[in-house]
Amino acid sequence: MTNFINNFGIILYATLIYTTPLLYAALGSCFSEVSGVVNIGIEGMMTAGAFTGTVVAYFTGNPWIGFLCGGLAGAFFGMLHAIATVNLGADQTIAGTAINMLGPGIVIMIAKVMFNSTDTIPLEASMKIPRLFRGVFDTATVFGRFMDNVFANYASTYLVFLAVLIVWFVFYKTRFGLRLRACGEHPQACETLGINVLRMRFLCVCISGFLAGLGGACVTMAISTQFRPISIVGQGFIAIAAVIFGKFRPQGALLGCLLFGFCSGLKVVLGGSSGVNMQLISMIPYVVTVIVLILFVGKSRVPSANGKPFVKSK
Amino acid sequence: MTKKKSFLDFVSENRFIHILLSILLGFLVGAIFLAIMGLSVGEAYGRLISSVTSLKGFSYVVVYAIPYIVVGLSVAFSFKTGVFNIGAEGQFVVGSMAAAVVGILAGNLPKPLLIPLCFLAAMAAGAIWGVIVGFLKTRWGINEVLSMIMFNWIAFYLSNFIAGIPAIHSDGTAEATKNISSNASTLLSKDLINRLGLAPTANWGILVAVVMTLLVWFIIEKTTLGYELKAVGYNKFAAEYGGIHVNRSILTALAISGALAGLGGALQLMGMGSRISVFSSQEGFGFAGIVVALIGCSNPFGVFIAGIFYGALMYGGSKLNLVGAPTQLINVIVGTVVFFIAISVIFENLKYLKKKAKAPVKPAAPAAEKEGEQK
Repeated sequence: MTNFINNFGIILYATLIYTTPLLYAALGSCFSEVSGVVNIGIEGMMTAGAFTGTVVAYFTGNPWIGFLCGGLAGAFFGMLHAIATVNLGADQTIAGTAINMLGPGIVIMIAKVMFNSTDTIPLEASMKIPRLFRGVFDTATVFGRFMDNVFANYASTYLVFLAVLIVWFVFYKTRFGLRLRACGEHPQACETLGINVLRMRFLCVCISGFLAGLGGACVTMAISTQFRPISIVGQGFIAIAAVIFGKFRPQGALLGCLLFGFCSGLKVVLGGSSGVNMQLISMIPYVVTVIVLILFVGKSRVPSANGKPFVKSK
Repeated sequence: MTKKKSFLDFVSENRFIHILLSILLGFLVGAIFLAIMGLSVGEAYGRLISSVTSLKGFSYVVVYAIPYIVVGLSVAFSFKTGVFNIGAEGQFVVGSMAAAVVGILAGNLPKPLLIPLCFLAAMAAGAIWGVIVGFLKTRWGINEVLSMIMFNWIAFYLSNFIAGIPAIHSDGTAEATKNISSNASTLLSKDLINRLGLAPTANWGILVAVVMTLLVWFIIEKTTLGYELKAVGYNKFAAEYGGIHVNRSILTALAISGALAGLGGALQLMGMGSRISVFSSQEGFGFAGIVVALIGCSNPFGVFIAGIFYGALMYGGSKLNLVGAPTQLINVIVGTVVFFIAISVIFENLKYLKKKAKAPVKPAAPAAEKEGEQK
């Protein structure tokens, strides 16, 4: 029983750890897709954030400045994507593909020049994003250890759940959110009502990059301590998948990311204890996602104007 | 004056010129980065050019280009038919693994039998991988981009798993499969390679790439099937109204696209790799295929040239560290090229430059109208 509780605690801990960066990126993806811009460049924006976050934290010694700068780096690439897709009416998939090459390309090159290696120097514990409630629980008892596993997590984890709440509120309870969603459904109608669709979309794609950058920064500043070229491998795409899974709603994306994080957490525990092949266990999150889609979720309704460039009429 | 105008018109209307301009701008941005890093632009680019222009260098480029061309064709084919095959990566991986399994387990078969068998196994595996996604889409309406991302990873771990099966796994300490039988190899004979002074991995897979380029062009442009697939790509409702089975078309398109990506995996394995390692992250051939298809404007012949170009950048780029420049520079250049291809509308608007100069009062009006008409 003790063992089970311990394992369960570890699974929940790993779930939260893996969910956090995905969820930041997924919230970002929501902003962009709901406003009508396909953003496949999330992966590149996350990589930019991952590198910038850890480097700035290393030089300033302050994790929060690093975290913020990670977001800003993502926002910069978000802005590039916005200029291409919103202002110049570029094909959104092509522009996103370009971002996915440019983001990692530029930051890995800078890493090579700055550190003479593609990896950055690991952060010291004080430069990492702090863990809240560390030492609050008595780890000597089973219950205390469980609580410590589940709740003594990195601050970025708590922030992201707060962010889900905020994004949900913005999307469904504010005028800004209503306009944002309308831009993704029927931009022409928005324009006739005096909403500046181009500005709205531009802003949303930048926000999307900012959140993706924060997600990337979590990976290098909380989960691990340094940036490596393999820090971000596919998380951006998984985040996009989680958003489609969640039918383009922040709360749905939360579920998608949690499902994914939980399966990854399961992987950590199973991989350590059972004799099942590690490669097959690693497959679980992806297989489960497909099965859940078939059984429970089904068709995902894409915002009507998603992927279509908006051209302002005269 | 009239001569200049026609030149700008020519530049702004020719898609090929846009691609060339994008490539030039890509190298320009690369040069700016080199200059910022305090490296010699001439030395780096000189190295890039010299490493791909010798006969040996160029044979390396061709070897590199083979999988890029075939996967590029796969993605281009999917673009033409209105599906975005972001799953080429997974199809490539399962294709390559299928060819490896056949090439190892049936290694005693004679060469003329084994090689086609490996190709077929790879194409079948890739096609199945594509059709599964198509089936999820047509049967349950599951977004294909999402399931393709999932199936890329499933393919990745499946390949790693198969590489660990005792009958397949290397006898040595390497975390990889056994080498495929020499009967399954597409390498040119050692003799020929030495006599001509080619790359040690020179192989005749490029001929397969040429055949596939012609075949894809033929299917898209000259057959009823190609017409139907394109019709679905342009407007699936109109196609359905015209009596085309939309679902069947989507499945066919994904099967063909998947088979091509799978074949790319086989060609890479049989010509260059000869075994499959246990990887820690995806190799990115599918992603490269997307880039090649974009640079080649989804035209089969364009894809062929773009594949060679991409191969040259990748091979030349791997030599950049010899002059102290980071190899990642290549990704920045390619990324910039793709970015400018995406915003090639700016080149289309070049022709208004002169009019702007003439009538500075309302400069943007004609540009905006033109843009409006296009959409």
